[in-house]
Amino acid sequence: MDERRIALNRRASLRGWRAFIATALPVTFLAIFFAYPVASVIARGLDGRGRIHPADVLAHASTWHVVWFTLWQAGVSTLLTLAVGLPAAWAVARNEFRGRSWVRTLVVVPFVMPTVVVGAALRSTFARFGLDHGTLRLDRTVWAILLAHVIFNVAVVVRVVGGYWETLDPRLVEAARTLGASRRQVWREVTFPHLKPALWSAATIVFLFCFTSFGVILVVGGPTRATLETEIWRFATQRTDFTTAAVLAIVQLVFVVVTVIMSTRAERRTAVSIGVRRLTRAPRPGTRAAKARVAVVVVLTLAFLLLPLAVLVERSLAVGNRYGLEHYRALMHRDDQSALLVAPIDAVKNSLVAAIEATAIAVIVGTSASFVVVGGRRALGRVLDASLMVPLGTSAVTLGFGILIALDEPPLDLRTSRLIVPIAQAIVGVPFVMRVTVPMLRQIDQRLREAAATLGASPSRVRREIDLPIVGRALAAAAGFAFAVSLGEFGATAFLARPDRPTVPVAMYRLLGQPGSSLRGQAMALGVVLTAITVVCVTVIDRAQRGRRVGW
Amino acid sequence: MYRPTRRRTPFLVGALVALGTTSLVACANSTTSRGAATCLAAPTTAGIDPIAAAKKDVRGTEITLVTHDSFAVSKGLLDAFTKETGITVTVLQSGDAGQLVSQAVLTAGKPVGDVLFGIDNTLLCRGLLADVFTSYASPALVDVPDALELDSHHRVTPVDVGDVCLNYAKAAFVRSAPPMSFDDLTTPAFKGTFVTENPETSSPGLAFLLATVAKYGDNGFEGYWKKLRANGLEVTSGWEQAYNESFGGGKGPRTVVTSYATSPAADLMFADPPLTEPTIGVVEDTCFRQIEFAGVLAGTKHPEAAARLIDFLLSKTFQEDIPANMFVFPANDKAALPKAFTSNVKLVAKPLTLDPVQIEAKRDDWTSRWTNVVLR
Repeated sequence: MDERRIALNRRASLRGWRAFIATALPVTFLAIFFAYPVASVIARGLDGRGRIHPADVLAHASTWHVVWFTLWQAGVSTLLTLAVGLPAAWAVARNEFRGRSWVRTLVVVPFVMPTVVVGAALRSTFARFGLDHGTLRLDRTVWAILLAHVIFNVAVVVRVVGGYWETLDPRLVEAARTLGASRRQVWREVTFPHLKPALWSAATIVFLFCFTSFGVILVVGGPTRATLETEIWRFATQRTDFTTAAVLAIVQLVFVVVTVIMSTRAERRTAVSIGVRRLTRAPRPGTRAAKARVAVVVVLTLAFLLLPLAVLVERSLAVGNRYGLEHYRALMHRDDQSALLVAPIDAVKNSLVAAIEATAIAVIVGTSASFVVVGGRRALGRVLDASLMVPLGTSAVTLGFGILIALDEPPLDLRTSRLIVPIAQAIVGVPFVMRVTVPMLRQIDQRLREAAATLGASPSRVRREIDLPIVGRALAAAAGFAFAVSLGEFGATAFLARPDRPTVPVAMYRLLGQPGSSLRGQAMALGVVLTAITVVCVTVIDRAQRGRRVGW
Repeated sequence: MYRPTRRRTPFLVGALVALGTTSLVACANSTTSRGAATCLAAPTTAGIDPIAAAKKDVRGTEITLVTHDSFAVSKGLLDAFTKETGITVTVLQSGDAGQLVSQAVLTAGKPVGDVLFGIDNTLLCRGLLADVFTSYASPALVDVPDALELDSHHRVTPVDVGDVCLNYAKAAFVRSAPPMSFDDLTTPAFKGTFVTENPETSSPGLAFLLATVAKYGDNGFEGYWKKLRANGLEVTSGWEQAYNESFGGGKGPRTVVTSYATSPAADLMFADPPLTEPTIGVVEDTCFRQIEFAGVLAGTKHPEAAARLIDFLLSKTFQEDIPANMFVFPANDKAALPKAFTSNVKLVAKPLTLDPVQIEAKRDDWTSRWTNVVLR
């Protein structure tokens, strides 16, 4: 069914006070916690107090080198991530096998791992296979950056595309096969067109993540590589040159806005509303060849993604020349001498509390925005859809410093409030919620709504009985994701002035910032604890939603 | 593939030109910022009167200490301050010293807290030029050597002292001699042994660059780094990758690293399994002196309570707690040192230093030239 048909059917189904609230909530959130702070810090950088002229920054050839490197590494990283993530998405979405829900959960693990850990894991793997020197050197190369980006972001493809893939009616594929279509034809004519919106969603998120990549560039790429994100950080924090930082932040924003406009448009254009079905069990792979295909994909993907985890576990258990649990025991109490102001295990509690709050905020804001995007006035929906993605591509320093200077007076004196950490994390979580719920809502068969309306259902009843159950399913994936994002988030949180309640990533960085083998061991043990908690929480969220067999 | 790219270019260029124009307008009435040379000149505003501050009843006041991520104290230490004065202290931490000072400059006059701790001599003028601090001459300064008081107007108060030096893994130099000087590292015996941090992204990296400037001068330091590069120098973005990864805490592939004079003490204290002797050595001729200061933030609503906290930071209680938590030496002469410090580490007698005014005037130039020589 083509796009024009959908457009013709498209009427604003969200009206009245519901539309007002659904719009006001995300708009206010974005305005106060993103637009106003970012605008303030950029204005401060361009107020003429700086040591250099803003135009000089743009005239500098090195600025454009940085822009070019930022763009191409993000583009190539995105393509590679799709290439690695799609087979895995297929394996978990289209096949029933034992341990399937585990795979879905485990792919999220690298997402919460601090960059230092993934960086260290990559380096030690390179060293083991002799890839740290000579002609096959990977260490401190662009390839290492791309590899790290793939490891971090495969989860996005598996969950965003996989979640969508599950909803494609297998009878369509079977019918096409029965009618004599080859596997390739089925992919080209049925599956791929169906997946396009989700592919665009996933690609946009991955691109923006790689576009604003920070730790990977500095740790894995080494000192000779710079992206807009690392340069904004360097000028703002190390050189106290707010002018250059502001100009680079504007350049970053321009590219992000262009990317977001193009990709949300593409996502909208490719939306199709056919063949959605209620979740039933996916088919078990029948033939031996099919089983082998699934097994190979799953094993390779997990091996690739869990390599950093293996290194983390190994290091957390290494005590001198033997293995033991000493580092884990040390986490339970605060030594008189340690790099932290609290017992490391308290950081786990801080992380969990912040993540729960951030997830709640992200789900509420993201869902109401999704309803506006799909059911509200068209122009408004489009602007909102694109605007809420922009924070994902904005530098953490710009936002963190912006909050410091903008939210400094009552009633918005929030810069040292405890809530500022979950709010900053929710800003990153909202786009995830939306990228999962918007395509899902959009693919709701319009005929289903019309049928319900014809049978006398009010618009709110249509929403309650048709839209919400479908969104409920999407929300599981979205909430799990927002939660993981929040647990692993280091960027924005690092640039706020935080009360002495370190989250796990912050505590890990602090423990690693001081000499001493036991502190290093404790940092690694803390990382393992974070991973375990992520797995448990994401499993619980996934199961809670899947238990409710929703549909119609 | 080529065509669409070309078509898109004018739009982007247009957008950027538009932005450029906006910024030109924004800069029309710009004023030149104060030169680095005026950084240690007398402030124009009056500071806190120590006698009045001591008399004022500050019980029940709540104040905030803004500091970097390396700040650490023993459990209950700040409670002692509360017990003594009735003032409650909240600690706000964010990032490294560079980020801390940048945030203070950005919020100058409308600070996020009342006292800042953690600005060092390499960043001092940056904070002073932005009028971040208000003067307060603490009576507790009597126990602090005059040489540490870089600002004679007491906008900042020295709290601790440390050195950034070359460290080496003792195990790697059993049969051959360990490095003794800067020049050793350029000889064939030390080829491929040295890892240091990028001064643009790391504070010990910057301190070591300043050490080479102090040693070889503004005209000579690039030549030294050229030789280091030719001798297989490795550069990392941060201390963590250099010390923990490449140097491997003394067990890695690299055997000489830029770190702190107190690394041997930390190595001993946090060793697991326990050690009897440090495995890390310090090259004393390569040490650059870092002094960390605290100051009352201009615009605070509680200047008297903030002043009391400065007094407390210089008290024996706080000063004796510093070494084992932050691995630097107390500024207070009277403070006793823990055992791991008295037997294994010391402040070097003749560290390398540079004038903070000169650092402020030349730092960006030096790091840019360093980048050209070492990374390009």
